[in-house]
Amino acid sequence: MAVPKVCGIETEYGVALRGAADANPVLASSMLINGYVEHRKIGWDFDDESPGRDARGFAREGAAPPEVETHLVNTVLTNGARYYVDHAHPEYSTPECSDALELVCADKAGERVLARSMQAARRILPAGQEIVVYKNNSDGKGNSYGTHENYLVDRSVPFATLVRHLLPWFVSRQVFTGAGKVGAENGANQVGFQISQRADFFEEEVGLETTLKRPIVNTRDEPHADPQKYRRLHVIAGDANLCEVATLLKVGTTAIVLALIEDEFVDKDLSVVGPVAAMRVVSHDPTCRATVELGDGGTCTAVELQYEFLRLARKYADETGLEACGGEEVGNLVLDRWEATLGALERDPSTLEGQLDWVTKLGLLRAYVERDGLDWEDSKLSLLDLQYHDIRPDRSLYERLVRAGKVERLVDEAEVITAMTEPPSSTRAFFRGRCLARWPDAIVAANWDSLILDVGSDPLRRIPMLEPLRGSKAHVDALFEECTTPAELVARLAS
Amino acid sequence: MPEREQKKKPAPKERVEETAEVDAPAKQGEKIKEELDDLLDEIDSVLEENAEEFVRNYVQKGGE
Repeated sequence: MAVPKVCGIETEYGVALRGAADANPVLASSMLINGYVEHRKIGWDFDDESPGRDARGFAREGAAPPEVETHLVNTVLTNGARYYVDHAHPEYSTPECSDALELVCADKAGERVLARSMQAARRILPAGQEIVVYKNNSDGKGNSYGTHENYLVDRSVPFATLVRHLLPWFVSRQVFTGAGKVGAENGANQVGFQISQRADFFEEEVGLETTLKRPIVNTRDEPHADPQKYRRLHVIAGDANLCEVATLLKVGTTAIVLALIEDEFVDKDLSVVGPVAAMRVVSHDPTCRATVELGDGGTCTAVELQYEFLRLARKYADETGLEACGGEEVGNLVLDRWEATLGALERDPSTLEGQLDWVTKLGLLRAYVERDGLDWEDSKLSLLDLQYHDIRPDRSLYERLVRAGKVERLVDEAEVITAMTEPPSSTRAFFRGRCLARWPDAIVAANWDSLILDVGSDPLRRIPMLEPLRGSKAHVDALFEECTTPAELVARLAS
Repeated sequence: MPEREQKKKPAPKERVEETAEVDAPAKQGEKIKEELDDLLDEIDSVLEENAEEFVRNYVQKGGE
């Protein structure tokens, strides 16, 4: 039986400091986080960090494992999220969620945290300067920054099995995960508009790197949970989404596909010949008619390949249920929206305006092309592309479309605002968030799978949190009510 | 005044409006175009100035 698909999204935001002579992105990113976090910032516990560990059980010659930067600004929020400077970007990692809809809300809350951070930074910056962030994945000049998804996976599933089935999955799911991009980069053939921000940047099928020679399947083996039982699948082959329907589909379908791989429901060879090239072929064709070559002979479109996965998912839901995929309600919502989306992509992708980012953006760009008689090289289209992702509410073109009623929302804005400070109740993020809200001064450091507390007497106490679903509201709410000090909490947990 | 009465919904508008003829397709198309034009005008008003320079200056080094 598949393990529960606990999931989260890390987003590196693009950052620009306007009106300054020498804009330093690290400084700008730090300013955002410092501006947002008024209380003391919580340190990160780096003891168990091992981003260089490879899921295949080896480190390749010449591979460059990512470095852990311990000196940059970092904090953990009361909603259980991590907010920090990663390389030269502000990065927001959502708290762990137990279903795709909960993650849609947590991801949107991250956008609001960044928006508020920009406001805060404006108050401390000299007049005429402003920090602006973009939730996208490319600067259009060959530089990409990532949006990474994470899913809990059973350790007993051979990694090679995951790789085999996930390659065609990541190639084909772009038709709904793509955020759309004007032009091509990184040596890819030129194109007016393509489906994905990221497709041009993948150069390998499998590997450990995330910044050079990016692989479609990333092998970072850092479970942030009991390493005997779990993997954390670190997905780098996805775009940053603003459309809530796109995020729901991206996370919800991937969770179901992982569960059905774990439970051995894949009944045929779905492999694609040359997946790296196929990523681009799919992304470069907004009509969704381009075909890729299949491992067992023949060709098919990305949508047709998706229908194969959908067939397996329906079978899985019928025979096993969707308990491991966030429950029946959300799981069935995902299946129905997935099926409707594939049908629409086959008939006429433009009917998905307001649901998928790439379709929504393309609709906007086409309207400009038509009204202003622009050709696809016009820099105005690149500007519209970029500003679609602007996170300032008054400047974001995506937000304009929301306000005009052109975009479907799945979560109430009130819930999003709550999720800026309140943790999800269904995972260990609840325990982390509540500890921080209750005893911020006692938390010395945190990590996904631990908290270090200063209870007023030596030594510091480290609370391991190796089970992602333990520490939920159902588990620990009473504990928080009964304990009045962190020392009591530690004593109760030890007993 | 009792609260219930204060919350009472305004009387429905005249029937004439509700039963007004369904717009002919051409008329609807015109309306959609007008709405789109309004939206593009609104977007024009928040678009950054000098697209070429703006796009050129957006450079992101280092990530992931």
